Amino acid sequence: MSTPEGFRDELLRAGLLFDGGVAGVYHRSFRYEAIVRGVQAYVTAPGAGEVGLQLSFPPVQARSTLEVSGYVSSFPNLVGLVSSFAGTEADVSALLAESEGGVDWAGRMTPTDVSLCSAACHGLYPMLAGSSFPAVGSRYEVHAWCFRHEPSVDPARMQSFRMHEFVYLGTPSGAEAHREAWIDRATGLLEGLGLAVDVVPANDPFFGRAGRLLASNQRTKELKFELVTPISSDAPGAISSGNYHEDHFGAAFDLRAEGEVAHSACFAFGLDRIALALLFRHGLDVEAWPADVLRRLRTDLDAGAHAVT
Amino acid sequence: MTEIDGTIRRIVEAHGRLPSSPSQLKDDDDLYERGLSSHASVNVMLALEDAFDVEFPDSLLRRGTFRSIASIREAVESLTSPAPSTAESG
Repeated sequence: MSTPEGFRDELLRAGLLFDGGVAGVYHRSFRYEAIVRGVQAYVTAPGAGEVGLQLSFPPVQARSTLEVSGYVSSFPNLVGLVSSFAGTEADVSALLAESEGGVDWAGRMTPTDVSLCSAACHGLYPMLAGSSFPAVGSRYEVHAWCFRHEPSVDPARMQSFRMHEFVYLGTPSGAEAHREAWIDRATGLLEGLGLAVDVVPANDPFFGRAGRLLASNQRTKELKFELVTPISSDAPGAISSGNYHEDHFGAAFDLRAEGEVAHSACFAFGLDRIALALLFRHGLDVEAWPADVLRRLRTDLDAGAHAVT
Repeated sequence: MTEIDGTIRRIVEAHGRLPSSPSQLKDDDDLYERGLSSHASVNVMLALEDAFDVEFPDSLLRRGTFRSIASIREAVESLTSPAPSTAESG
């Protein structure tokens, strides 16, 4: 039976991924990227005509987003903060001496006002702060490289990975309907790639004792569902999730709909995890994948094949 | 109203961020239906721990514990009452 570590070693041996030097950080081959692009094009095509604004965020965001969104209080252990040097020339000498002496020099750096992107949709809410949404709500499509500080030998738990989300802002009923519709649609799409998908209630990994209460609330109220399938071992893991935030982001970022605080929902595709699940399910030789799966991913796989000559 | 009840109501009023005054609440009223949010329930939980000098065990860190004044009182009393004496052997 394959273990996550064993599957990671297979991916490295096959030259699909390369060790990035830190647990959970990988360099991607163009062959692997072609799978990701194929997945991205295939799973997002049905929703593209339904959204008003499509945005690709950089891998960094304003540090203040972590505070206003509540992310830093709920997930302090997952945060990535960008530090840089703000000292004098004399401080540089001290830093270099420490570095050359094998001493950790990171303490000489100062946190900046930039953090790593915590979730694709987190870049959206501050942009919209103070907005009012129509009764039918507004829909957005966003993509970002995201970061979670959780080093692991399991390739399904990358520190740096891509999320592609469909976000709704508007009324409570609109938010729930958006989430339900996307859960159904995404389940069909992912099954179309030959993946056995289960939809299960879930909770976010909130930090600490307060986090246990938040997790209980989230699960009892069925605010989060995950689409799970084997990714790097036979144990199923989440490749997508549907989330109803209630008025959490609406209250934090002063978003309104119909005179009330806006409610929001997002459906997130974990693009790297879907690519890994396909490799785990169909094997590392992409050309030997089932014909109907290849046809659905084809355009971008061909482009990737041309890129690796 | 007992002293415990008064403290609980004061904490729910200060930290629950309910739209209406908790003094109108009945013991069994559903605080979540009255507008208690998940994040506000965390603040209520932490304030209760401070006020009663207790720590809620994992088994009580769940949504149902903070659903009503009555359920909070039951949880607090379970942590502040002296441990029941062991059953007599016989």
